[in-house]
Amino acid sequence: MTLDLLPIGQGARIVAVDWSALVQEEARRLRALGLEEGARISIAHRGILGGRDPIAITVGRMTVAVRRAHAAAMEVEVLESTGK
Amino acid sequence: MSRQRKVALVGNPNAGKSALFNALTGARQKIANYPGVTVERKSGRFVLPTGEPVEMTDLPGAYGLDPTSPDEEVTSKVIRGAFEGEAVPDVLVIVLDASNLEQHLVFAQEVLALGKPSVIALNMVDLAERDGLVLDAAVLAEELGVPVISTVAVRRRGLAELGEAIANAGQRHAGPGLTDIGPTERRVAAHAMAGAAILSESRQYRLHASLDRLLLNPWLGPLILLGILFVVFQAVFAWATPFADALEASVGWLHDTVKATLPESLLRDLLTDGVISGVGSVIVFLPQIVILFAFILAMEASGYMARAAFLMDRMMAGVGLSGRSFIPLLSSFACAIPGIMATRSITDPKDRLTTILIAPMMTCSARLPVYAVIIAAFIPNTNVGAGVGLQGLVLLVLYLAGVLGAMAVALLMRSSMTKGAASGFIMEMPKYQMPRLKDMAIGLWQRAWIFLRRAGTIIFMVTVVLWLMLNFPKAGPGESQVDASIAGKIASGLAVVVEPIGFNRDMALALIPAMAAREVAVSSLATTYAVDAGDNEDEQAAELGDQLKARWTLPMALAFLAWFVFAPQCMSTIAVTRRETNGWKWPTFMLVYLFVLAYISAGVTYWIAVAAGL
Repeated sequence: MTLDLLPIGQGARIVAVDWSALVQEEARRLRALGLEEGARISIAHRGILGGRDPIAITVGRMTVAVRRAHAAAMEVEVLESTGK
Repeated sequence: MSRQRKVALVGNPNAGKSALFNALTGARQKIANYPGVTVERKSGRFVLPTGEPVEMTDLPGAYGLDPTSPDEEVTSKVIRGAFEGEAVPDVLVIVLDASNLEQHLVFAQEVLALGKPSVIALNMVDLAERDGLVLDAAVLAEELGVPVISTVAVRRRGLAELGEAIANAGQRHAGPGLTDIGPTERRVAAHAMAGAAILSESRQYRLHASLDRLLLNPWLGPLILLGILFVVFQAVFAWATPFADALEASVGWLHDTVKATLPESLLRDLLTDGVISGVGSVIVFLPQIVILFAFILAMEASGYMARAAFLMDRMMAGVGLSGRSFIPLLSSFACAIPGIMATRSITDPKDRLTTILIAPMMTCSARLPVYAVIIAAFIPNTNVGAGVGLQGLVLLVLYLAGVLGAMAVALLMRSSMTKGAASGFIMEMPKYQMPRLKDMAIGLWQRAWIFLRRAGTIIFMVTVVLWLMLNFPKAGPGESQVDASIAGKIASGLAVVVEPIGFNRDMALALIPAMAAREVAVSSLATTYAVDAGDNEDEQAAELGDQLKARWTLPMALAFLAWFVFAPQCMSTIAVTRRETNGWKWPTFMLVYLFVLAYISAGVTYWIAVAAGL
């Protein structure tokens, strides 16, 4: 499953990222914000209009807003419990 | 020591760097641009406990030394000593947000790997404690090999200790554990270090999460945003009025006093009718700008701005922009100058340029006097049903025309000149915080000063030139001064150009001084029609209205309105665009395309109105 399809509140781990699908600068920025392979994340909020874009992702103690296109490049696996 | 040492603050965005900088240096800061780029360079003086004064700079927030934005590029170059004309800092103060330690430690390791004398400020420990996090600074210091000082910038906690640590920061060598690792290893190390430094942690950032649930709620969120925007606009237009009136009265008083005191001469007229009236007509916007910026700064400092951007991103994406463009464009409804200044928060240079170029199409408050006079004179005050007046409807159409024009131009630009895929929206949503009065005051003062300084330079010069053009050469007997002047001659030439769009020579003449500011068109029409300018503005407007009705047809008036929807007639906007884009290329482009749009829309309006028999 890709990150954009993850239900709100469901804990997950990023297992693979198709970096080539992203613009280089944006890829670097996502990495810098901790959105990369191995990161434990969940979706906190979605946008208001059609497409429910953008997406607010919780990573660690941070909330990061990204577009759905970015999330679609990230393959995630669902975690059973969201705790540490 | 021969040279003043330099200390630079570095850190992730939202680490509380600016608050720490304000606390360390106080209100006396120097703001300029780094040469060649429009990234703000903030510096100030800080006296170490040893009595040694140092120059402190606040480097732009960055997530890494591998730059992804102009801000990050500056930071990366400056601390590596690769920025031409900028001395390399002697000591780095790495600012970390205590409640987001793991994330911020990644960048900290990258900076420490440079081996420069460094000190770490573990900032906002109070907020971390509020979130149930207790940290051990000593463990971090041990792990990283540099002093770690816990600080709460806004309460001045830890500042003396930080000063001491800066004074004692000496040469150091980055250990092998720091230099030879990549980003992934850094992240793993950050996780381990943060884990070791956290003494106790109760996962309760409830306030943050529940506020987000409310403010980002798909239904309530937009309503709250709309409510806030309504208050902002109400404030900008209503609260500013008494101050603007007072300023206007003072300008008028100064004008009259100088006129009465000095002996009659050309110089006196230049001073009063040129300088005082001209600069004064721009200064009256200061209250609006200050109030608007007070709201913008409060929204930024509280963390709400990022939420507004989040809510508006989808709509802005429709025209190829992102949520970050929303606030600058919104501000431009009051005045394009603060709007264009606010585009600095847009990280993507192409998004930023597009936003700057379309900002003047938002109907600013300077257009209102023009609209008000023309609408009052030509549009009957009738009801079109459901309590909607025709006059209000026309005003709404003018606003919408600007917005639609801006959207169309943004779409066009994003698919041509400012084309590029990197228009995504990736933004950290900072924690909610109470805005600090002192930080707000410093920010407001800086904005107001930029505005005033411009009024004192560029606008001053333009007004003088315009005045000279209107007063030379002197008219002979029986000839009107306006007709004889250079401006009058230009108007006669201009009249030929604007005749096809229905403008007469008087309208052409009004356009020339209105280059300084749009609302000057009204006063210059008034002068041209020799209206007896009484003190009462309503009366003056009404009289001007009668004059206009007698001399203009309805299609002419509509064309004049359509012209001002687009015409870039505001020297300050051009000046601020030059400043923010670092050159004349983009302001020139802006002038040309907006004048073309204005010409076409006025022409189309005129000929449609004529064809419709209006």
